[in-house]
Amino acid sequence: MSAQMEHSEPGVLKKYLWSTDHKVIAMQYLFTGMAMALLGGFFAYGFRMQLGFPDHSVPGLGLITPGKYNALVTMHGSIMIFWVAMPVLVAAFGNFLIPLMVGCDDMAFPRINRLSYQIFLLSVLVLLASFFVKGGPFGGAWTAYPPLSANGAYNLTPAGAVMWLLAVALEFVAFLLGGINFTVTAMNSRAPGMKMYDIPILVWMIVLANVIFMASVGPLIAGAIMLLFDQTMATGFYDPTRGGDPLLWQHLFWFFGHPEVYVVLLPAMGIVAEIIAVFARKKIFGYKTVLYTAWAVGFLSFVVWAHHQFVAGIDPRMANIFSITTLLISIPIAEMVFLYIATLYGGSIHLDTPMLWALGFVVEFLIGGVTGIFLGSSGTDIYLHDTYFLIAHFHYTFVPIAIIATFAGITFWYPKMFGRMLNETLGKIHFWGTIIPFNVIFIPLFITGIAGDQRRVYNYALFAEQSRPELQHLRTMSTIALLFMLAFQLVFLFNFFWSFRHGKEAGSNPWRSATLEWTVPSPPPHGNFAQMPTVYRGPYEYGLPGHAEDFVPQNVPDSALAGEVKA
Amino acid sequence: MSATAKPLANTRNGTGIPTARLITWWVIASEIVIFGGLLASYVMHRIGHPEWAEAASHTNTWAGAFNTFVLLTSSLCAVLAHKAADAHDGPRAAKLLRLTSLGGLIFLCVKGFEWTADIHEGFVLSSGGFWSFYYTLAGLHGLHVLAGMIIMLIVAADAAKNEELQRVECIGLYWHFVDIVWIFLFPLLYIAR
Amino acid sequence: MWERYITAASTYAHSIDHLFFLIAAMVGFWLIVAEGMIFWLVFKFRARDGRPTQYITGDEPHLKRWISIPHFLIILCDVVIIAWALTVWYHIKQVMPPADATVRVIGQQWAWSFQQPGPDGVFDTPDDIRTVGELHVVVDTTYHFDLMSRDVVHSFAVPAFRLKQDALPGRVITGWFRPNRVGTYDIQCTQMCGLGHALMAGRIIVETPQQHAAWLMRDSAPVAASEPALQPAAANRSMVAEVLR
Repeated sequence: MSAQMEHSEPGVLKKYLWSTDHKVIAMQYLFTGMAMALLGGFFAYGFRMQLGFPDHSVPGLGLITPGKYNALVTMHGSIMIFWVAMPVLVAAFGNFLIPLMVGCDDMAFPRINRLSYQIFLLSVLVLLASFFVKGGPFGGAWTAYPPLSANGAYNLTPAGAVMWLLAVALEFVAFLLGGINFTVTAMNSRAPGMKMYDIPILVWMIVLANVIFMASVGPLIAGAIMLLFDQTMATGFYDPTRGGDPLLWQHLFWFFGHPEVYVVLLPAMGIVAEIIAVFARKKIFGYKTVLYTAWAVGFLSFVVWAHHQFVAGIDPRMANIFSITTLLISIPIAEMVFLYIATLYGGSIHLDTPMLWALGFVVEFLIGGVTGIFLGSSGTDIYLHDTYFLIAHFHYTFVPIAIIATFAGITFWYPKMFGRMLNETLGKIHFWGTIIPFNVIFIPLFITGIAGDQRRVYNYALFAEQSRPELQHLRTMSTIALLFMLAFQLVFLFNFFWSFRHGKEAGSNPWRSATLEWTVPSPPPHGNFAQMPTVYRGPYEYGLPGHAEDFVPQNVPDSALAGEVKA
Repeated sequence: MSATAKPLANTRNGTGIPTARLITWWVIASEIVIFGGLLASYVMHRIGHPEWAEAASHTNTWAGAFNTFVLLTSSLCAVLAHKAADAHDGPRAAKLLRLTSLGGLIFLCVKGFEWTADIHEGFVLSSGGFWSFYYTLAGLHGLHVLAGMIIMLIVAADAAKNEELQRVECIGLYWHFVDIVWIFLFPLLYIAR
Repeated sequence: MWERYITAASTYAHSIDHLFFLIAAMVGFWLIVAEGMIFWLVFKFRARDGRPTQYITGDEPHLKRWISIPHFLIILCDVVIIAWALTVWYHIKQVMPPADATVRVIGQQWAWSFQQPGPDGVFDTPDDIRTVGELHVVVDTTYHFDLMSRDVVHSFAVPAFRLKQDALPGRVITGWFRPNRVGTYDIQCTQMCGLGHALMAGRIIVETPQQHAAWLMRDSAPVAASEPALQPAAANRSMVAEVLR
């Protein structure tokens, strides 16, 4: 057991850069993801400043020319999905929590784990390097449709396009490696006594996310190889003048692209489940049903992809099938959300910062979910496709996923990761300073989208219908709200780093949670458990009648509880 | 023993399938989807382009057939290596793994000659739809053969010392997968009219 | 969509708008119910000293009902929306009413050009009308359009008509519209097509037959050659050279 893990205390370099410890690797992913989030947010600042104050020089970026604008939106989208949401939600939380939550000492293959981060880091470096090549970073949108993305004469960012593609491909490889490690660990390495339905929902969600990722990314890797060859080796896979087909890329891309949103959604929902249970002091309502809905979503996610392509030139009859499946997928997701809401019933709800974020996720994601119906309905999508209505819809899903759930997870597990509590007051200020501006950014964009604003347009000056002053007011309001939201992130950054040294000492279980990660010291030592735990019950035994405490941890045997029963 | 001891996570067995084999299956599953995507794209294009049959007729079917035989034989060696590993005969397993690798080397050499001839005839990656898919599919497969060979030799080195014998089966599984991909590629690229 | 946000100038604009309202009513209802439930539950079950939590698994039938009944009702709503949406889609994208006239719409980096067959009604004859950036059409006339791209994927969109269709190089995609309101409306390109994506603005001018005839008389000087004013390939080459210098 821990004797196997005995080795001398490593030097700084080995400890932080060459470690195979899942907790260190989790931190590597977390900090890299957070840094990339700052970059992605900075790019959003850039293009929103252009939209809010057209053709004014933007502090820190200068005048936003069309080329610069295209690069900014491309990089913002790519970074937020591939280099923020994935590493933080899947890799950081997954790495840190899975071994702890299932009760073992590390991932099944620690060296593969390390390799996955190294490849991920390489992908980051390749992407960053693309900012400095001739022509600048790729500007063909994160969806990279050929022929635009395949032909440097069309996109005018030939080197950037190749490097972007390589960076994405490397990121895929990193997550494939990481993902199979997580899956095998969750399947095989569980503590004795931890049966399938004793596994915390977050672990299920991350594993399912990895399976979805693995099953969906393959065709896109194939497509990326073909695109790379079109870009560099004069092949014509997507070139209609050479017998190729641009639509092939779209299908391969979206076959991955749609499941990908569930790859990031499911871990986010898992984080929210864990937090709601702890802060409502309640068992998750319908644990098995939550799993069934997750599996249903996972399966259905593979048959909805062409809703991104309703007006793309596919056979119009195909649109009917995909409209039906898309509206159907809203059903299990809605049910999952209802189960979380039902968990609140009969609880004892404490509105600490993590719970505010978790509830905020549900409130905001509901808006994202219902606005998706307008887009999944093929009839209305004819009008709404690629308008700001779409942008507002996916930000009402993605921001809850990548930002709100991330803050929920960080504020919740920070004590376990770093041994200190975050400051509650600063936490609440940060919460409200993020959530309120978030809504003020995107509600106006629903309206401008309905009014005809199309996406990826740096300036509406040439469009009479879009040049109405009332629309410009809405765009400017959205930009100013973003500035507020960005400013409030400073509160978080301060809290995060200041609490390393000055936060109250956390102890092992400040939130009084029943899952296994809270039974070890904060932060957990190398090897995690001084004595490997055995599991006796499910992960959400809160409010069990007849006990002194309002929760029973998973690893406490029934015999030890006998003495606790209230008279 | 290797420098870092194995974590308990590696040796536990919640599903009854040893961790090494389990991860190998997941690797194979992800590779199936990659090759599947590429193959499906090829097949759909091929159906839409009947004129590709002419281009396809220039492939060297004999080289392809010989290579199929080579890979199948090497897979047999991999099976025998697994049997030897099960019997805890590490040195024999290593020998058989090296023979399997040799099969991979022959495969790659034959392919080298084959492609040299094709290129001399003027058929390169950018020579049109069929050839683009041909080189991409066979090339990706060839990279997997090469990677498999390298890993196999590393596993053989440990097996010769009777170490990590469970990896013999795993690399064998991977090799069978590479073989099966070729079984799909050969008819689709070389034979289909 | 509400008229004050965007005009409705074609026969199918209203059918899309009505579908939008139907969806808005249904999802709006569920949104309010769900959000209301969250806020009410958080308020009602906020932590209070001395009140323990209830041990609920979710298997209790009287509580499960609160999930299954909404679940079922939502399925019903989805069925209604699907049926309506598919009907709207069918009438716009799957069937085309018989054409009174046809136009060719050509997208390229970075302009829209148009070709109409002219008085003889036949394309590619000397009397064809070729325009760049603006399309003149007659109100209450059903047009079929043949949409093409010369280079990358573009998308032909007329918000006032609620019209949108991607243009793919290598194929001709057909669609239709019937303007029912005189006026000038924007054409936007709605698929990222490079540097000039926001510059591919066009105008579609819906005229009475008299106005249209007058325009034909006025602007009937034949356009030199069959190429629009922009020479995109050459422009691209020089831009690439500029960028890479």
